[in-house]
Amino acid sequence: MSESRLAVNKTYKLYIGGKFPRSESGRVYAVTDTKDRPVANAPRGTRKDARDAVVAARKAYPGWSGATAFNRGQVLYRIAEMLEARREEYASEVSAAEGVGRNKALALVDASVDRWVWYAGWTDKLAQVAGGANPVAGPYANWSTPEPTGVVAVLAPRKSSLLGLTSVVAPVIATGNTAVVLASEQAPLPALAFGEVLGVSDVPGGVVNILSGPLAEVAPWLAAHQDVNAIDLAGASHNAGVASVRDLEVAAADNLKRVLRPDAKEPDWTADPGVARMLAFTETRTVWHPTGS
Amino acid sequence: MLSAFPADPVEVTSSEAALTRFLHGLPGIDKVGAESRAAMLGTRSIKKDAKAFAIDLAISMIDLTTLEGADTPGKVRSLCAKALHPDPGTPGTPRPAAICVYPDLVAEAKQALGSAPVKVASVATAFPSGRAALDVKLADVATAVAAGADEIDMVIDRGAFLSGRYQAVFDEIVAVKAACGSAHLKVILETGELVTYDNVRRASWLGMLAGADFIKTSTGKVATNATLPVTLVMLEAVRDFRAATGRQIGVKPAGGIRTTKDAIKYLVLVNETAGPDWLTPDWFRLGASSLLNDLLMQRHKQATGRYSGPDYVTVD
Amino acid sequence: MTASRNPFAYAPAPESRAAADIASSYGLFVDGKFTEAADGGTLKTVNPATEEVLSEVAVGGEADVDRAVKAARKAFRTWSALPGSERAKYLFRIARLVQEHARELAVLETLDNGKPIRESRDVDIPLVAAHFFHYAGWADKLAHAGFGADPKPLGVAGQVIPWNFPLLMLAWKIAPALAAGNTVVLKPAETTPLTALRFAEICVEAGLPAGVVNIVTGAGDTGRAVVAHPDVDKIAFTGSTEVGKQILRTVAGTGKKLTLELGGKAANIVYDDAALDSAVEGIVNGIFFNQGQVCCAGSRLLVQESVADEVLHMLTRRLGTLRLGDPMDKNTDVGAINSAEQLDRITRLVNAGDEEGAERWTAPCEIPAKGFWFPPTVFTGVTQAHRIAREEIFGPVLSVLTFRTPAEAVEKANNTPYGLSAGVWTEKGAKALWTAQRLRAGVVWTNTFNRFDPASPFGGFKESGFGREGGRHGLEAYLDV
Repeated sequence: MSESRLAVNKTYKLYIGGKFPRSESGRVYAVTDTKDRPVANAPRGTRKDARDAVVAARKAYPGWSGATAFNRGQVLYRIAEMLEARREEYASEVSAAEGVGRNKALALVDASVDRWVWYAGWTDKLAQVAGGANPVAGPYANWSTPEPTGVVAVLAPRKSSLLGLTSVVAPVIATGNTAVVLASEQAPLPALAFGEVLGVSDVPGGVVNILSGPLAEVAPWLAAHQDVNAIDLAGASHNAGVASVRDLEVAAADNLKRVLRPDAKEPDWTADPGVARMLAFTETRTVWHPTGS
Repeated sequence: MLSAFPADPVEVTSSEAALTRFLHGLPGIDKVGAESRAAMLGTRSIKKDAKAFAIDLAISMIDLTTLEGADTPGKVRSLCAKALHPDPGTPGTPRPAAICVYPDLVAEAKQALGSAPVKVASVATAFPSGRAALDVKLADVATAVAAGADEIDMVIDRGAFLSGRYQAVFDEIVAVKAACGSAHLKVILETGELVTYDNVRRASWLGMLAGADFIKTSTGKVATNATLPVTLVMLEAVRDFRAATGRQIGVKPAGGIRTTKDAIKYLVLVNETAGPDWLTPDWFRLGASSLLNDLLMQRHKQATGRYSGPDYVTVD
Repeated sequence: MTASRNPFAYAPAPESRAAADIASSYGLFVDGKFTEAADGGTLKTVNPATEEVLSEVAVGGEADVDRAVKAARKAFRTWSALPGSERAKYLFRIARLVQEHARELAVLETLDNGKPIRESRDVDIPLVAAHFFHYAGWADKLAHAGFGADPKPLGVAGQVIPWNFPLLMLAWKIAPALAAGNTVVLKPAETTPLTALRFAEICVEAGLPAGVVNIVTGAGDTGRAVVAHPDVDKIAFTGSTEVGKQILRTVAGTGKKLTLELGGKAANIVYDDAALDSAVEGIVNGIFFNQGQVCCAGSRLLVQESVADEVLHMLTRRLGTLRLGDPMDKNTDVGAINSAEQLDRITRLVNAGDEEGAERWTAPCEIPAKGFWFPPTVFTGVTQAHRIAREEIFGPVLSVLTFRTPAEAVEKANNTPYGLSAGVWTEKGAKALWTAQRLRAGVVWTNTFNRFDPASPFGGFKESGFGREGGRHGLEAYLDV
């Protein structure tokens, strides 16, 4: 009976500025599972797709960074709701991408949902934890607040296709940054599918942009882009080469990008994330004001 | 150059509403900024010739003052003698600008000073509180003027000012000015009771618009008298008023100025705020009493190179 | 107001040079001792106000830097193992000794740097002592700083500092590093090494263990050697954005932790409802403090068009009272430019301003015959397209631009690759806060400018660098977090 109906395969697309374009290259590359069996095609994103994504992220920045922290929390929570509602679907994606069984895949989706909830709760708390009043020796009110860095490029972790992705994207946008994410080259499909969750959440278009494509081709353009303020090198290689940590750091130097360096090996994403990733993409602004009548 | 100031000063005083609009429209003053500017100028180091010049200038700017309930003709005569001969052993010592007394002692002072170029200033208008009916205040002024006062130091009605009745304050100053005749009018703002620098700036403009020849900080009878930042604000006001109207007004800090160091700080403030045009007794006065002897001791030090002591200056 | 017209011309009031002893030559301070450079290299440091040679200091080479790093590494083992309360006491001692030697240090700073004695006496040196006091108190409270229960020091910190606030920048670098348990190799600027060397003697006087603080004097090559040394765990640099980028490239891939405090082109926004007299003081303090050789200087005045003429009138009137001259004179407001090179740079950019059609106004100051000087200068008719509105001049040169609305002010203020500081002047609180929230700058001064405090974090957005110095935030740069 299975031959009675042909399945409708999904065409995976990029997610840029709230829309789902194909790559401007007009090309795809075959994505295989961990046993080298073809799963689907992913758009072969290029530097021009990266450029478009940065434009979209910059455009979204004033609105997102200017939204109240409470509002950003609501939006992040909505992402969790949308993902939860689709846990079976995303478990299949993760299972195919990471070669894990259904239960493990479901656990990874649940952990991703919980991580979004965790960061949803952080949006209106980080400023109290990381900022505060500074008791200066003079008649001045003086206080510091963490402010978003701006547009952040994220090279998603290579292996952990959904929980790892969530763990690097959520802290970036929780604090008001907008993100251009380059999905894991080997396992991009959960990330591309995640764009669909974002599309039905209340995330304004351009706040998160998701690309797929060859790391070595796209990452150097993001690292060198003058309108990108920071880069998370989670998915970069420690080995020498064009997408190596060293080369990307050198490219990032031109406009003083904030660089979050990767650990020597991909971390256990189920561990307590702490606040380090949020702080890595915030800038402390200190305001002085005289006190006098 | 004050853009808040319209071409016609008559217009801003045409009604209570216009006056209020004008005064409230003056640029604000940042307390911390004004105080740090005054404190910075207080660090100027005035040495050698400049110091000698400043000491003599400060002496010549003093309104030598006695305003006590216990004042007597004898005390006033003694003060006048001090003004005439501030340092009997040192010829060439400048004389203070004026003697400042209550109205009932003006005649005594005039007589004691004779034809010497030391003016007699009299406080008036129910000094220091100013809490009396207008006719009483005007009678107070008339008494002093009739006795020969060259200068009248009036107090403004702080109650009216603080309750926003600027027209009442203005009208009273106008009336007192008329009663002064040819005598110069110093308007005492009593800045210690106005408290804020914004109020000091508004009261300064109010006084100048109403016809003050001088604006003066204090009566010397409240907890806070002249301070450097208050004087800074008033010097800015006379500077801006001249730029706007062409009319120059004098400034007199009074109360609490006791040492040469203090006096020199005020002169630096004048020099670097309103400018050297104000560095004469015609445009700047120091209301003080014990200051004179400290300046004289410093003058000895300048002349002899050794420190002087209180036994070497006369106490009157 | 010229001296001849004003009878109240201030007589010279020079601070006594005798308050500071300057040796004819200084070695490197490595492992608690002064030693010559391995290759015997030296450079001369001059008084920029007179061009007189003050002293000759050693130029550290790679071998010297290596020796210093080894000393710091060795000292790190014991220094980092000391209880925080003991490290605190060393820092308190240093703070007290700085206070005791304050007059001498101020004189030394003014002679070597050219800044007015009033500033070194009233700003630099008091802030140096305050910074050590502040971080001394942190040394035994790191567990409470919000960086985990037991944060660890990084190891050996290589620190390279500029010439504009020589001893203050040293304090900003060394105090938090030592409090957190690191040891340091610090390279002072080539034109202003003397207070750092005097500080080395203070370390000895305080009984600080050998190797905890090492001072390696020299020029750019010495700095590069510090940055490139493989056994340095952390680099802290204050200086130009250009050099900051070079350091980033050098350090790329090494995993060395970095903090950079770089250039700026701060906007000072004056709204039409500002307290104008205070705003004018703020403008003056913003750009003429330390001859404008301040990374956070308010070099772009953005004034609302409706009050532009009035503010300019008030400003030029006020600038007429600035006293330029002998930095040792207690009444000097504007001292000497630190070096001939810096004077060249200022002159070049000012000439570019002329060539691009901006209108130049120069304060009526007499320029001394010897030394490096530049009079307070204001350019009007400047637009965002002018080089003098975009490039850091690092001198007493103000570019004046106008705006019409708050949104336009913010847009112009942020329209720069830099983001170190900004100023806002308005008596309207809501507008001040609205503006401050939108300025992409690490420090925003509202109704004040150029205020510094050890408890107040300082550092930039964008190409002005990253990391913070001061307060709790400043500890992060020296902890493994």
